[in-house]
Amino acid sequence: MTSAAKRTVGTLVGVVAVCVLIGLYIGLYLTNVPGSAAAVRTSSGEQLYLATVPAAALNDPHNTWVSYYAVNANSGNWRHVTTYTMPAHSLVHMTIYEYDTQTGLRNPFIAQATGTVGGTFTMNGKPVQAVDPATASHIFAIPEIGVSVPLPGPDSSAKNLCSNAPCSLSNAHVTISFTFRTPGRGLYRWQCFVPCALGFINGVGGPMATVGYMDGYIKVV
Amino acid sequence: MSEVNHFRRVVLWWLLATVIATPLVVFVAAPGLPPGNGTVESSGQVVDNTVLLGLSTPVATAVLVYFIYALVAFREREPAAVLDGPPIRGHSTIQIWWLIVTSAIVLFLAGYGSIRMLDDGSGGGQGPNPIASPEGANHALQVQVIAQQWKFDYRWPAYGGVETPTLELPANRLIEFHVTSLDVIHSFWAYQLAVKADANPGVDNIAFVTTKGPMVFNIHCAELCGVWHGYMFEKGRVVPPAQFSSWIAAQQKQFAPATKNLGPYEKRYFPAPQRRA
Repeated sequence: MTSAAKRTVGTLVGVVAVCVLIGLYIGLYLTNVPGSAAAVRTSSGEQLYLATVPAAALNDPHNTWVSYYAVNANSGNWRHVTTYTMPAHSLVHMTIYEYDTQTGLRNPFIAQATGTVGGTFTMNGKPVQAVDPATASHIFAIPEIGVSVPLPGPDSSAKNLCSNAPCSLSNAHVTISFTFRTPGRGLYRWQCFVPCALGFINGVGGPMATVGYMDGYIKVV
Repeated sequence: MSEVNHFRRVVLWWLLATVIATPLVVFVAAPGLPPGNGTVESSGQVVDNTVLLGLSTPVATAVLVYFIYALVAFREREPAAVLDGPPIRGHSTIQIWWLIVTSAIVLFLAGYGSIRMLDDGSGGGQGPNPIASPEGANHALQVQVIAQQWKFDYRWPAYGGVETPTLELPANRLIEFHVTSLDVIHSFWAYQLAVKADANPGVDNIAFVTTKGPMVFNIHCAELCGVWHGYMFEKGRVVPPAQFSSWIAAQQKQFAPATKNLGPYEKRYFPAPQRRA
């Protein structure tokens, strides 16, 4: 093989290798979905348990950031995932343990629940339609389908507050439950609408701006 | 072949191309231009775009005709015998006319644009003290657009200050949008309404629009505002007045608990607290 032919073959191999690497990078980027938690089927519909904590687990890269977790209320198994899988056109019963303390709402309008079955939710077992905006800690909202539920938190003077995930049901918390109907198949975003990013200007950076903490996806299958 | 003949040929080809292209652009292509004819302001923008296209078509054809003519007429057919062309010399008459025509076009467009803008604001945000108020602005229906990461809400001072998560507007009505933000800079862009107004915290940005018949329109945030900016998208509707009355009454009833929590209507908001600590 002549030197010119060698150069040509070398160039071609290099170009192909670069194209393959670029393709792999794009493919991995497009198919990379963070870990997810699936709603569990029950006789009355799908059930999903979540928790909101004032700070992620100590071994988390951002262990001072407020965050959602998928939890198993019975086994105490906490998973730091914010992609939740649930079937299409189904009733989903969601229970959220709110461990973070009250911060109040910038827009009091979202102190009222919308998009849930009956337009209500339960707070420690008591059915309510809206809460005092000053007592809200976070929001669970799926804007595309109009679901928005305020999550009142324990008072900051409460005893036995949880500081980092995982927390225990013996820690001070508020239990919020509601039911909503899932739409057709698709990927929907959910997010918190309280600017709750500790230490960030206007409270809107960090965990509010990073998928995996105060926002994520509802994967309807 | 003399230089004068080239000039005449180019002018003739340009005239022919202009006579064909300009009516096609003005009467065939331009009426279908965005943002459509859903509101008085969007129709006005279509008219403005038609005027701009109608004026720019002869300019564009002049460039294209000269370009194509040069490729054909001045192409070197015998590359082996490449020779330098004749020296370029000035032509004061052409230069003077060039200045006159281009100045006239630019001045006309500046005047036309200013007059059109001052007529009704053309759907753009005009800040808290609009100088282009359309006729009947005192009786416009006020709608406050409250942006936040990452959604829009709407507040209605004429209906008890109720706030709604969706937007419906009555047909054939002058609307006065008051656009503001609770956190960072957003932009309220209701494309088919021809409304676009920045949403800044602490600022009341006013934009007018006069609706026509029922329609569905898209609402986007047009200012890169964070990780879910691309999801800040929804649809609004223009509905008959009777249907609007029913809708807003239903909203007042549905959101009565939230309305009790809302403070008095304000035209601007400031993020509070500035920093969570």
